[in-house]
Amino acid sequence: MRFVSKKQSLTAIDPAAGLALLPTEPEDMWHANNLIAISDIVKAHAVRKVAMTGSTGSVTTERVHTDLTIRVTSTFFDPAASSLHVSGVVIKENAWVNIGQHHTLDLELQRPFTIWKNDGWDTVALQTLTEAVNDDKPEALVAVVMQEGIANICLITDFQTLIKQRVESSIPKKRSTAKETSGGMTAFYEKTLSTMLRAVDFSSPRPLLLASPGFIAQDFRAYMQSQGVLRADKRLQRIAKDAVVVHSSTGYVHSLNEVLKSPEVQATMRDKKFTSESKLIDQLYERLRKDDGRAWYGRDPVEKAVMEGAVGRGGGVLLINNAFFRSLDVATRKRYVALVDKVKEDGGEAKVLSSDHESGERLDALGGIAAILTYPLYDLDEDEEDHDQQEGSAHGEDIEGVEVI
Amino acid sequence: MSRHQAVRNLDYEEVLDEYDGYEEEEDDDELSPEDKALMTQGTADVQAALSVEASKVTTKQIEEALWHYYYDIDKTVTYLVSKFISPPEKTPKASKAEKTTQTTNAQISPKPRESFAAFFRDMPWGNIPKHRETIFIPPQRPLVGGLLGGSGSPPKMSKLQKLAAARKKKAEEKSAQEAMEQTRTKMTELSVDDTQRAKENSPLAGAFGKRLKTSPSTAEGRNPLTPAEPIRAEVSQQPLEEISNEQATAPEPELVPSPEKAQPSSFAQTLFGYPSDAPKRKRMELYPLPYAYFAPSVLDAFSKPSPDDVVLAAQAKAGKKTVVPQTKKKGSSADAVASEVKGLKIEDAPLPRSKNLDVLSEFEKSESKKAASFVVVGHVDAGKSTMMGRLLLDLGVIDQRTVEKLRQEAEKIGKTSFALAWVLDQRVEERARGVTIDIATNRFETETTAFTILDAPGHRDFIPNMIAGASQADFAILVIDAGTGAFESGLKGQTKEHSLLIRSMGVSRIIVAINKLDTVDWSQERFDEIRHQVAGFLSATGFQAKNTTFVPVSGLNGDNLVRKSSDPAVSWYTGATLLEELENSEPNKRALAKPFRTTISEVFRSQQSPLSISGRIDAGSVQMGDAILVQPSGEKAYIKSILVDETPSDWAVAGQNVVINLSNIDPMHVRVGDIICDPAKPIPCVESFTLKALAFDFLMPMQVDVHRGRLHAAGKIESISALLDKVTGSVTKKKPKIVKPGMVARIVVKLGSKVPLEAGQRVVLRSGGETVAAGLLE
Repeated sequence: MRFVSKKQSLTAIDPAAGLALLPTEPEDMWHANNLIAISDIVKAHAVRKVAMTGSTGSVTTERVHTDLTIRVTSTFFDPAASSLHVSGVVIKENAWVNIGQHHTLDLELQRPFTIWKNDGWDTVALQTLTEAVNDDKPEALVAVVMQEGIANICLITDFQTLIKQRVESSIPKKRSTAKETSGGMTAFYEKTLSTMLRAVDFSSPRPLLLASPGFIAQDFRAYMQSQGVLRADKRLQRIAKDAVVVHSSTGYVHSLNEVLKSPEVQATMRDKKFTSESKLIDQLYERLRKDDGRAWYGRDPVEKAVMEGAVGRGGGVLLINNAFFRSLDVATRKRYVALVDKVKEDGGEAKVLSSDHESGERLDALGGIAAILTYPLYDLDEDEEDHDQQEGSAHGEDIEGVEVI
Repeated sequence: MSRHQAVRNLDYEEVLDEYDGYEEEEDDDELSPEDKALMTQGTADVQAALSVEASKVTTKQIEEALWHYYYDIDKTVTYLVSKFISPPEKTPKASKAEKTTQTTNAQISPKPRESFAAFFRDMPWGNIPKHRETIFIPPQRPLVGGLLGGSGSPPKMSKLQKLAAARKKKAEEKSAQEAMEQTRTKMTELSVDDTQRAKENSPLAGAFGKRLKTSPSTAEGRNPLTPAEPIRAEVSQQPLEEISNEQATAPEPELVPSPEKAQPSSFAQTLFGYPSDAPKRKRMELYPLPYAYFAPSVLDAFSKPSPDDVVLAAQAKAGKKTVVPQTKKKGSSADAVASEVKGLKIEDAPLPRSKNLDVLSEFEKSESKKAASFVVVGHVDAGKSTMMGRLLLDLGVIDQRTVEKLRQEAEKIGKTSFALAWVLDQRVEERARGVTIDIATNRFETETTAFTILDAPGHRDFIPNMIAGASQADFAILVIDAGTGAFESGLKGQTKEHSLLIRSMGVSRIIVAINKLDTVDWSQERFDEIRHQVAGFLSATGFQAKNTTFVPVSGLNGDNLVRKSSDPAVSWYTGATLLEELENSEPNKRALAKPFRTTISEVFRSQQSPLSISGRIDAGSVQMGDAILVQPSGEKAYIKSILVDETPSDWAVAGQNVVINLSNIDPMHVRVGDIICDPAKPIPCVESFTLKALAFDFLMPMQVDVHRGRLHAAGKIESISALLDKVTGSVTKKKPKIVKPGMVARIVVKLGSKVPLEAGQRVVLRSGGETVAAGLLE
C-alpha cells in the first residue's frame, strides 16, 4: 500500500482531509481491513446499478461508475481471495445516489480509496498504517505440514497464515502388503506435490518448509528431488534442494508453531515478524506454567495489571489480537487503545498480533489478550476466592489413587 | 441449306423404306428372315447361358425377352433370371441388405432378424458344424430358498431400482445392437467384396501372417479368383439390377461352376468353420487353419463353465455370496445375440440377509478359547519388535526358514540384528530405518488362550499409532532396555509416557519385561534396581502392585519368553516366563450388551470385498447382514461377512478383533479412525465436549490434538470449567487459570471438525508432541 499523494507522510495526517491510499498487492486488502473500522468514512470507486425514469415514464437500469462516500457499518474480508467488501450508508449525494442509501464498496487493487477516521488516528491505527505502507516486505514463506495421509499447504506472510490447500489421502495400513503401503505413500506424495505446485507460485524463489513427524517430510523431499530429475524440471530440483525439513509432532496446522520455533527456521527467518510473535507467545506460556504471577490472560486481569502499571519498562509485554480493534464498537475499541497507550507510556511493549497467524490463534485461545508483567501480581482473577498457596500444595500431591481416571 | 433445297434433296425412297420398317414393327407376328435367324441363335445362346435353369423358362419367354432387348444375350439372361428363375421377392431384399451394409450407421430396419437371415443366407457360417456350436450353460443359481433362509423370490426392487435396471438393460441392448451392426459391416468388408479384399491382402498378411506361415497353401488360399472364372463377386460395384441377378444366381453352384463368392477371410473361417458348399470345402482342405492345430482339449475347454465361473460358484457356496449372473459373450449369430440381450436381466446384488441370531447366546454357547490382546510398549529401541518376533518364532507361528530369509535380507543392508523385528515390521520405511512406525498385529494361540499381539512403535513421533494400539489391548507388556544408560533415558522418555498412556486407555494389567539383561550378564542387582524404580513409577501412575509383574528376558535369544532360560547366570530367577504370565492375565470384561461400536483401525481392499475394515469391537455385538452406520460420514452400510481372527463367522462380539466386509457404501466415506455403530443407537458426532481430565502437564486454553484410538483430531481447550477433587470428584475451584500436572479438571475441548465421541470414552490430549492430559468424556 502506498499514499496516493507523494507529499503525504506518516507523521502529518490531516484528519479532516482524509487519507488517500492505493492498495497495490493482495495483502494490502488485509491491511485495509484492519484500518477501516466501523463508523469510519470511506470514499472509493463504486459500480452501482441505477434505475432511471425516462421522459416517457419507461424505467431503464444502468450500471454507473461513480465515486461514493460511505459511513462504514460492516466489513467483510475474504482471506482466500484477499478481497474486502465495505458496507455502509452513503453520506454524500451525487447524481446517482441519494444520502442514506446503502452501498457495499468492493475495494480493488490499483484503485485508490480515501479514509477518514471517525475518532482520529490513534496509536493502533497508526501502527497498522505504518505496517501497511512499509515497502520492505519479505517473500512469503511456504510451509507444508504433513503426516501420513494429511498435508496442509500454507503460505505464511508477515501478517497472515493462509492455508492454501489441504491434501487428504487414505493410506493402506499394515495389514496389506508392504508394497501397497509404499504405493499409497507415493500416491500421497504425488498428490501433495502437484497440489503444492498448483496452489503456490514458485516462479520466484521462495523458502519452503517441510514439516512432519517421523520421516515423511524427508521422504517427501526425496520424492520431490527424484521427480525433479525424472521430469528434468530444474525448477523443481531447485525447490527440493532449498527446502528445509523440520520436525513437527502432527500434520495439523497448529503444528506450525513448532515449525516456526524450530532452530532451522529461526536461523533462516530470524527477521520475520511471525517468529518474534511466536516466541513471545511461548514466553507467555512458559510463564503461565511457572505460575509466578507474572503472566496473565483474559481481558479483566490484564486490564487490571495494565492499570496498575505492571506492564511497563523491563520486560512488560502486552499481547493483543488485532481482531479486537476490528469489529468492535467504538467504546470498546477505545478501551483497548487506551490499554495499548498506557503500556507504551509505561515503557512496555505492546504487540498487536495478527489473528490470522498461528500465534494469534494461540492467543485467541487465551481470550485474545494476555500480558507478561514486570513484577508479579496475584489475585487478578475476579471470582478468585482460593489462594495460590492451595494450588501450590495441590501441585505437590502425588497422583496416585486417581479414581476418576 | 435452305428449306427448299432440303425438300428438293429429299430421298423419297429412303423415307418410304423407313416408313415401311415402322409398319413392319407394328406387326408382331411377322419377322424378317434375319430377325428369325437372330432369334433362333439368341434363344439357343440364352438357353445355353441359363443351362439347367433354361427349363424354367419357355422358349416363348426367351424370344420375347430377346426381342425386347434386341437380341442382347446378356441383358436377356439377366432379365429372365430376375423375372422367372429366381423368386421375384428376393430382389428388393438383396438390394436392401446391400444398402444397409453400405451405410454403417443406418438404423436397424424394423425387422432386422429376417433380413439378416436373408443376407447371411449364403454365408458359410450359416451352418456351423454341430460340434463347434457353443453350449450355453445357465449361470449358477443361488440355492433355492435364498442364501440366508429367505424365500427364493428375487429381492424386492424399489421403483428407483427398477428404473435403474430398465435403463441399464436398455443401454445393454443398444450397445449390443451397435456391436452387431459393426460386426456385420466388418464381415461384408472382409468376405464379399473381392477387390477390397485384394487391397486388404497385405494388412491381412500382417495380421494373420504369423499364424499362417506354417500352412503351405496360404498363398493359394488367399489368391484372387482365377481369370477364367466369371467375375461375379464385384457385387457392390455393379448396378443394382445386376446385383440382384448375381445374388440370385449365387446359391446355385451347379449353374455357375466355379465359386462366385468371395473367399471368407481366415478370420471368418476361424470364427465360423468351413462353408458348406462342396467346392468351398474342397478348397479349404488345401490349407489347414490355425484353429485346426488346437488340441481337442482347447475345444473342450469352452464346453464347461469357465474357471472363473467355477471359482465364483464355489465362493458363493462357501462365503454365501450370491453370484450375479454373468453377462454372456456374444454368440456368432445375430439372432442369438438378440435373444440373449432380451433374456439378459441385470440383478442388483441382493443385500446380505441376517440370520437374526441371538449373538449373545451364541457367544455363550460357543466354547471358544478366551481371547485376549496385548500391546507391547516401551521406549524406542527397547527391543519390542525383536522380542515379539522371537516369541512368534519360538511358538512356531513363523518358521525358522522365514527368519533365515529375513536375516539374509537384513544382512544386505547391514542390520542383521533386525531380522526378528522384521517379522512384524513389514513396511519398507520401517525396515530401512529399523524403527517400527505403525502398529503391527499378529496372533498366536496357547492351550488356553488366543492372543493378539499389538506391537506398538516406541518412537515419540508415532505415539498416535501407539495410542491406537493401546486402545485395543486388554493388557500390556512394557519392555525395558536394561542396558546401561538405556534404561535411564527410557524412563525419561517413552517408558514413562507409554505407561501413562496405557493406564489412561484403561489397561490395568502390565507385565514388565526387562530386556537385554544378557548384555549385563544377567545381573540380579541391575534387575532389582530397575524393578524397584519401575515399580515405584508404575504405582504412581495408577497400576496396582498385584497387577504388575517383572520378568527378566532376552528378546533376541528368547530366554524366559517361552522357555525358561538355560543360562546358569539367570538361575536366581524362579518366576514364570513371559508366556506363562500372559496366560495368567485375565482379559477385561466385555461390554457385550451395549450398542455396537467399533473404531476402524484399518481400511483396505480384500478379495472378498472392495471395502474391508478391521478393528476391535469396542462394545456390543454384530452379525452378518446387519446394517451399520459409519460416523462421522453418517453413511449406512451392510455387513457382507465377518472374519473373526481370520476365520469366517456369522457374528462377533465386543473384544474380538474382526475384519468386516462392507457392502453398499462408497469407500470414500470410510476412513481410519471412524466409528461404525448401530444405526438405531448411533454415536453422536460432536464439535465440542466436556472432559474430566487428569493433567500430565500444564493445561490452559491452548491447542491440543485429541486422540481416541485411531481417531486423531485437532482441537483446542476452550475453557477450564473447574478443578476437581481427585477422590470425590467434587469441585474445588471454579474457572482456574491453569491446571497443573497431576490435577484433575473439567475442561471443555472444541474440535476443528465433527468427530464421533460419546460419554464414557477415554480420550488422550496431546500438544506439541507431548501427552498433556487424559480423561473420560462426560
